[in-house]
Amino acid sequence: MRNALSTVLVLGVAVLLASCSGSEGPERELLESEFQKQLQMQLIKAKPGDVITIPEGVHPINRGLSLNVSGVTLRGLGMDKSILSFKGQVQGAEGLLVNASDFTIEDLAIEDTAGDALKINEGRNIVIRRVRTEWTNGPDEKNGAYGIYPVQVENVLLEDSVAIGASDAGLYVGQSRNVVVRNNRVEFNVAGIEIENTVHADVYGNLARNNTGGILVFNMPDLPNPGHSTRIFSNEVVGNNTANFGAEGTPVASVPAGSGIVINSNDRVEIFDNVITDNNTANIIISSYFATGYQGTREMVDDYDPYPETIYIYGNTLSGGGSAPDGLELKALKVAKFGLTGSFPDVLWDGYVNTDKADEHGRLTPEFAICVDNDTAEVLNVDLGNGSENIVIGDEQHRCTHEKLPAVMLADPLY
Amino acid sequence: MPGRLPATGLLAAAALATLLAACGRPPPVAVHPADTPPERLSDWGVVLADGRALEFNDGVIPYDLNTPLFSDYALKLRSVWMPAGASAQYRETGEFEFPVGTILSKTFHYERAGERGGMPLDVVRADRESGLDADGQLDLDRYVLVETRLLVRYDEGWQALPYVWNDTQDEAFLELAGDVRNIRLNDGREQQPFVYVVPDANQCGGCHKPDHTAAEMRPLGPRAWQLNREYRYPEGPRNQIEHWSAIGMLAGAPESPPEGVRWAAPGDASPGQRARAYLDANCAHCHNANGPADTSGLDLGIGAPLGRRFGICKPPVAVGRGSGDRPYDIYPGRPDDSILLYRMAHSDPAIAMPELGRSTVHREGVELVRDWIAGLAGDC
Repeated sequence: MRNALSTVLVLGVAVLLASCSGSEGPERELLESEFQKQLQMQLIKAKPGDVITIPEGVHPINRGLSLNVSGVTLRGLGMDKSILSFKGQVQGAEGLLVNASDFTIEDLAIEDTAGDALKINEGRNIVIRRVRTEWTNGPDEKNGAYGIYPVQVENVLLEDSVAIGASDAGLYVGQSRNVVVRNNRVEFNVAGIEIENTVHADVYGNLARNNTGGILVFNMPDLPNPGHSTRIFSNEVVGNNTANFGAEGTPVASVPAGSGIVINSNDRVEIFDNVITDNNTANIIISSYFATGYQGTREMVDDYDPYPETIYIYGNTLSGGGSAPDGLELKALKVAKFGLTGSFPDVLWDGYVNTDKADEHGRLTPEFAICVDNDTAEVLNVDLGNGSENIVIGDEQHRCTHEKLPAVMLADPLY
Repeated sequence: MPGRLPATGLLAAAALATLLAACGRPPPVAVHPADTPPERLSDWGVVLADGRALEFNDGVIPYDLNTPLFSDYALKLRSVWMPAGASAQYRETGEFEFPVGTILSKTFHYERAGERGGMPLDVVRADRESGLDADGQLDLDRYVLVETRLLVRYDEGWQALPYVWNDTQDEAFLELAGDVRNIRLNDGREQQPFVYVVPDANQCGGCHKPDHTAAEMRPLGPRAWQLNREYRYPEGPRNQIEHWSAIGMLAGAPESPPEGVRWAAPGDASPGQRARAYLDANCAHCHNANGPADTSGLDLGIGAPLGRRFGICKPPVAVGRGSGDRPYDIYPGRPDDSILLYRMAHSDPAIAMPELGRSTVHREGVELVRDWIAGLAGDC
């Protein structure tokens, strides 16, 4: 009924326009490309099942793109062929912002965004495959924060992708559940790969090289859920010695250059079968929220657990790390304890312990212990909580094992 | 023979009648089907503009908010229209429940600083809600129309439609992909060039889907504390909620709705109330317990407790370059150590908050929030 009425009215108005106003088509300054408008229109009008194709070429985009429709695939012709270039972006905190499920993005590149390159905020069944995010000028504090940034997502596969030059993390998975990050290459980011407040993540087959820190597993306070149960295995974590270029005040700005794998405040983390070499501060760092130098520890929220617990390290190939730690305190400590030409042991631990979970000697009970069963690798407890008064190397408490974590099983339709 | 016109003749006569009526008095407001929004704004019949002046159609009611979202110093002309006999349901908190067929409009305009047709567009940084005069007309020699956004309520929910005005100012065209304009803002001392961005249809949802999981489009402004103020109607000044109730557009309003809080009127409310009203209007569509920015753990809603989740002594999470080397979102007594203020005071897309709808810095808003933080007691 209303439609019929409207039609009549529309006719009436059309008559009015034709006769009274003498209006012509829109006249606008051409400040952006037709391709950009067309692509955003495709994203706006997408229907479930649609495949949107990015043709070969470098496509300049100056405003953030976004997708809110589930069941869409965005596909290019290759990460070195189909390139969305956001150099000079005037608007948008991301290059592409997705709020949708059953989303696949593959075979394209997102370059030089003002903020994050690809952010996926809430969604299930996400595949990110052969996507490159890069700041082409190399490491720079002015680069955007995150390369590939799924947050509050579930059932996610991130594979065969490349992230370069992020001023925070190249690949960052936050507040998510059931995630596989495999066979990616991350270089010249502050953090290569960061898993944060995420439950059940498998990180394997990746190459993390020339970042400030290679692979990070963090828990931050003030968020809805703490993370746990991450497996990091069969990765190459090599020479992550790039000077930290993160903006001061961001959590990763506290990561010392030369960090291979860093566990901060997270529980049930397994590190095995990796090749971890030549990370100059330490090949593996295990730390609490207190060691980060972040502010706000005084008013720690009640339900936040700042201690790393139930950590299991085994079967890794470790070499060449800890020879030139970043930061004056660590440098001084290294020289004092190991001499000018010496090196830190492979595993550095800040030594903070939750006394509720420790025995009368202040050692974590077996359930929560930091276990290192890795050839000759030793743990250096720098006793940060007591001003490094009681530094211990190779304490017995770490000669233990834990039950192994199960593999992450992605649910249909990803597997 | 006479007395029986052929059917086509009847139609032609009807069209002529429509035309004649139209040139004198416009046809009434028309709601179009959700899947075929018209290309021309005039097809809705809400906003009427002929290049010399803009006015609203009969039955379209203009309104103002106590504390509007800042949008690059654009003046905003808001209106509501409902089908005859329909009315909105009052809500004490949150936006009113509007009936199917409701059309909300918001027309972004500026006072001109230069002649018509100049490039780039020179405009004045003016300090008022809109340029509508006492007779309900907007003088298009004095003001320039940039865009009109419609929110239309259908059975299945709200739809957002951005229309961009032409240079002759007699029509606006649907631009689902958004648009950009180069504008120079003049404040009497200096000219500030900036890129004005008309959001695309998805970006409309970036603010108008305050529950990110439900992902339903909703209006943001028309809520009790925002509407509880006087408006100068052609018939005389009157409280907006009273007026809406009196003309049958609003049902269930109480005698005394929640006090209106005007961010810019120092006499009305405490600096804290004004700052919190400002943060609600400018931030809480994302920074609420279920919003797209719940990933940050920061809730700036007007009803949220003033604690750590409101940013007090809260360190950042995934702040990127937005931290500005500052430790907390809000550091009581120390605005220059507060991240929130740093992000308000920047226009770089990697730093600026809010993320959408702002290419310039809102000096007065920054000043208000700065003074409030400076006066907050306590330490971290």
